[in-house]
Amino acid sequence: MKIRIKFKKYGVMKFIGHLDIMRYFQKAMRRAEIDIAYSEGFSPHQIMSFAAPLGVGITSDGEYLDIEVNATKSSAESIRALNQTMVEGIEVVSYVKLDDHAKTAMSIVAAADYYVYGKSGSELPYSLDELKVKQKEFYEDKEEILITKKTKKGQKTMDLKRLIYDFSIDEREGKPVFYLKVCTGSTDNVKPELVLEAFYEFLGSMFDASLFQVHRLEVYAADENNGFRPLSEMGEEIA
Amino acid sequence: MNQLALSDEILMTVDKPARYIGNELNIIKKNLDEVDIRFVICFPDVYEIGMSHLGIQILYDMFNKRKDVYCERVYSPWPDLHKIMKEQEIPLFSLETQKPVKTADFLGITIQYEMCYTNILQILDLSQIPFYARERTGEDPIVIGGGPCVYNPEPLADFFDLFYIGEGETSYDALFDLYKKMKANGKDRSDFLFETSKIPGIYVPSLYEVDYKEDGTIASFQPIREGVPQKIQKQVVMNLSDSVYPTRPLVPFIKATQDRVVLEIQRGCIRGCRFCQAGMIYRPNREKNIDLLKTYAYEMLKNTGHEEISLSSLSSSDYTDLNELVTFLIDNFKQNGVNISLPSLRIDAFSLDVMSKVQDIRKSSLTFAPEAGSQRMRDVINKGLTEEVILDGAKLAFDGGWQKVKLYFMLGLPTETEEDMRAIAELANKIAVRYYEIPKEQRNGKCQITISTSFFVPKPFTPFQWAKMYDRDSYLARAKVVNDAVKAQLNRKSIKYNWHEADVTVLEGILARGDRKIAQALLKVYEKGGIFDAWTEFFDNSRWIEAFEECGIDMDFYTTRERSLDEIFPWDFIDAGVSKEFLAREWNNAMAAKVTPNCRMKCSACGSMRFKGGVCYEDKN
Repeated sequence: MKIRIKFKKYGVMKFIGHLDIMRYFQKAMRRAEIDIAYSEGFSPHQIMSFAAPLGVGITSDGEYLDIEVNATKSSAESIRALNQTMVEGIEVVSYVKLDDHAKTAMSIVAAADYYVYGKSGSELPYSLDELKVKQKEFYEDKEEILITKKTKKGQKTMDLKRLIYDFSIDEREGKPVFYLKVCTGSTDNVKPELVLEAFYEFLGSMFDASLFQVHRLEVYAADENNGFRPLSEMGEEIA
Repeated sequence: MNQLALSDEILMTVDKPARYIGNELNIIKKNLDEVDIRFVICFPDVYEIGMSHLGIQILYDMFNKRKDVYCERVYSPWPDLHKIMKEQEIPLFSLETQKPVKTADFLGITIQYEMCYTNILQILDLSQIPFYARERTGEDPIVIGGGPCVYNPEPLADFFDLFYIGEGETSYDALFDLYKKMKANGKDRSDFLFETSKIPGIYVPSLYEVDYKEDGTIASFQPIREGVPQKIQKQVVMNLSDSVYPTRPLVPFIKATQDRVVLEIQRGCIRGCRFCQAGMIYRPNREKNIDLLKTYAYEMLKNTGHEEISLSSLSSSDYTDLNELVTFLIDNFKQNGVNISLPSLRIDAFSLDVMSKVQDIRKSSLTFAPEAGSQRMRDVINKGLTEEVILDGAKLAFDGGWQKVKLYFMLGLPTETEEDMRAIAELANKIAVRYYEIPKEQRNGKCQITISTSFFVPKPFTPFQWAKMYDRDSYLARAKVVNDAVKAQLNRKSIKYNWHEADVTVLEGILARGDRKIAQALLKVYEKGGIFDAWTEFFDNSRWIEAFEECGIDMDFYTTRERSLDEIFPWDFIDAGVSKEFLAREWNNAMAAKVTPNCRMKCSACGSMRFKGGVCYEDKN
C-alpha cells in the first residue's frame, strides 16, 4: 500500500540537510511503529522517497515523502504516532493513501511556491511601491527573461520567464515579501534565489541571499488542465 | 525553541551546521531558572565523534535525572568555526540552551586519548575561561576532568580544578550536594576545592606539591594541607546491573561514528594483556544481567529508531551468556531489518555461526587481533592466543565462505627482536596458505589479508608502565622489517600491509607518562595553532618539537629512558585497584615470557578483589 506523508520543517531544523532528513524519517518510522515495507536483499532498506529536496536554510510548510507499507492504522492515528516522536521543528500534517498505481511524488513534481522575505534586522533599499513597479517591468511586461547559468561545461543561456509560473510582491509587517511559483523537478529545477538574483540585477543591485529567508509553501504536480495540484490532494484519508 | 548562539549567516557558512544547533531526538530540556547547577559536559573532539561516546550519554542521562542539575553538552568546534569564533569573539556555548559555557557552574571534560589535549585548551580558550586553574575566579566554572587519561592527569594538572578518577556513576551526587551546600553558605572557590578533595575519587591537583630529583624523576608527591588524602581511590560501580543506563540516548541528525544502539554488556576484562590499560583500570570484570540487557535492547531500539545494535565490552566472547543474548537479538530484531554488530569476538565455531547469520559473508571481513607475530612475543604480552587457535579459526572462516581477513599487531613491544617482527609477516602467510589449501574449485578466487600495525605506547597502571620506548626512526625501521618480510613471501599478492605514522606515537608516549612539566609545552603547541592533533590533516609535528625545545623539555626523558622498578611515577598517588606489586610481578613475568592465567582460571591477586564483587567473587556466593 502506498502512503504519502506531508510535513512541515521550521526553526533550527532548516539547518538539517536533505540526506539527514531522510535518515531522520527512517528512524522515525521505526519509533512510530509504522509497518513500512522493506526492499529485498541481504541489506534491506525502507521503501521511501522524497518529493523535492529542500536546500539547507530553507523552511517549509509543504514537504512530502512517499512510503510503502504492509498495513496501516488510520491517518489520524498514524499522524499522532509520528508526531509523538518528532523533534521540535518537524511536524507531520497529513498521511494519505495513494492509488496502488500512483507514481511517486518525486517523479511527478512540477512546481513549488515560496515566500522570500528579509530576515529580521535586514532592510531593503527599495520601497514596496518602487519594487512593484520594477517587478512589472521585469516580469509582467517581458516576453522572456534571459539569464546565463554556469554549468559544468561552461555557460548556458536560458529563459527564466517560462519557468516562473507566478511572481508577486506583498507586504508583511511593513516589509516586502516576494511570492514565487516556479518550475520544480528533475528536468528544469528553478530555485527562488535564482529568480531574485535576476530581478536584483535588473534593479542594478546584488541579491544577498544571506539576508533573506526562503520559505516553501507547497509542492505541486501538473494536472490535466495545465494547472497544478498540491501533492497531498492526490490521496485519500484512511479512516 | 531556543535562540541559537550562532547567526544564520555563520551557520550557512560553516560545514555541517547540525553540529551546533542541538535539538536532537531525546534531548533534555529544562528551564535554567528551575535548576541549581548547570553542568556542561564536553567531549573535546568533533561532534560526530563526541556524540558516539557512551560515557557521555550515561552521565548526561544520570545528571539530568536530578531535578536540580541541568547537564548540557559541548563539542570541539571544527576549525572553520573556530576561526570565526576567535575573530568575532563569540564565546563557546552549550548545545541545549545555547548559552555561554563560561556561565555554567561546571565544565566537565572527558579525556579519552592523548592527542585531544590541545583540543581541551581550545575549549577553554573559546569558552573564554583562563587556561590555568590558578587564574580562575568565582566567576568561572569549576573545570573537571574524567575518562581513562586521568589515570595520569599530571600533564593536564595545571589546567583543571578537579579530576574525577574512575567510573562516574559513584561520586557525582556527593559533589553536587556539596556544591549546592557551599554555594548557599557563600563559600568561595578554594574552600569548595578543599572540601571536594575529601570525596572519594576526587583529585584536586592544586592541593599537591611535587618535588623532583636532580635527574628529573619525582622525589616526593605530597598534599600541601592537612586533611587532603595521600592517595586517590579510583571509583568503581559494583552493582552494574542496578546502575543507571541511558535507555533514551540522544540521536544526532548527522551520521555519528556510532550510528547505532550501544549495549554495554560488561565492564572490565578477565584477560590481563600486559599492554592494555583498559584491562587493568576497569578491574574487576563485572557482567550485566542478561534479562536486563534484553529489556534495554528492546527499549533502546524503540526509543531511538536505530537500525543497528552493537554490543560493547572489552572482550564480548567472555560474557557468560553471550550465546543466549546474541540468539535473542537475532530472533527478535533481525526480521525487523535491524543489523546486529558484534565487535571484539574471538573467532571460533560459535562466533562464525553467529556472524554468518548477521553479515554478508562475501562482503564482510573477519578480524583477528593476535597483537604480536611470534608465540614468544604473545607470551610476553600475555595475549593468551596460540598460533594453532588463530590458524584453526582462519581455516573455519575460509571453509565458511569468508575471504577477507584483517590482522592487527603492535610493533615496538618490550623485548621485540627482528625475528618477532618477521613473524608478523609469516603468520599472515600461514593464514594465506590455509586458504590456498582449499581445492581451487571450492574457493572463490584470491583471499585478501590485511595486516595493520600500530606502535606500542606504554600506559600507566599496566605491567608495561616500566617499558622504554624507541625513537621515531627505530619505529619506522621496524615497520620496514615487516614490509620487507611481507614482500619476500610466496603469498605477497594476497597480503596488504599498513602501518601507522611514528611521530604521533612518540608524542602519545610523552603525554601518557608525562608529569606536570609538560603543561607549559602543551599550551605552547596550542598557541602555535595546534588543534585537532588527533586528525592527520591538522597534525603538525613541528609545533610539538618546537614547543618542547622552547620549554627545555627533553622528550627522551619520557620515552626512551629506562625506568627502575622503584621509580616514583607521576600517577603513583592514584590507587587504581591493581597494586604496584602486582604490576611489577607481571612486568617480571613478561621479561621471562611467562603467561599468567586469566581471572576465571586463577586469581593472580592483582588487588581488585577488595572491591568485593565481579569476577573475583563469581564462584563464591
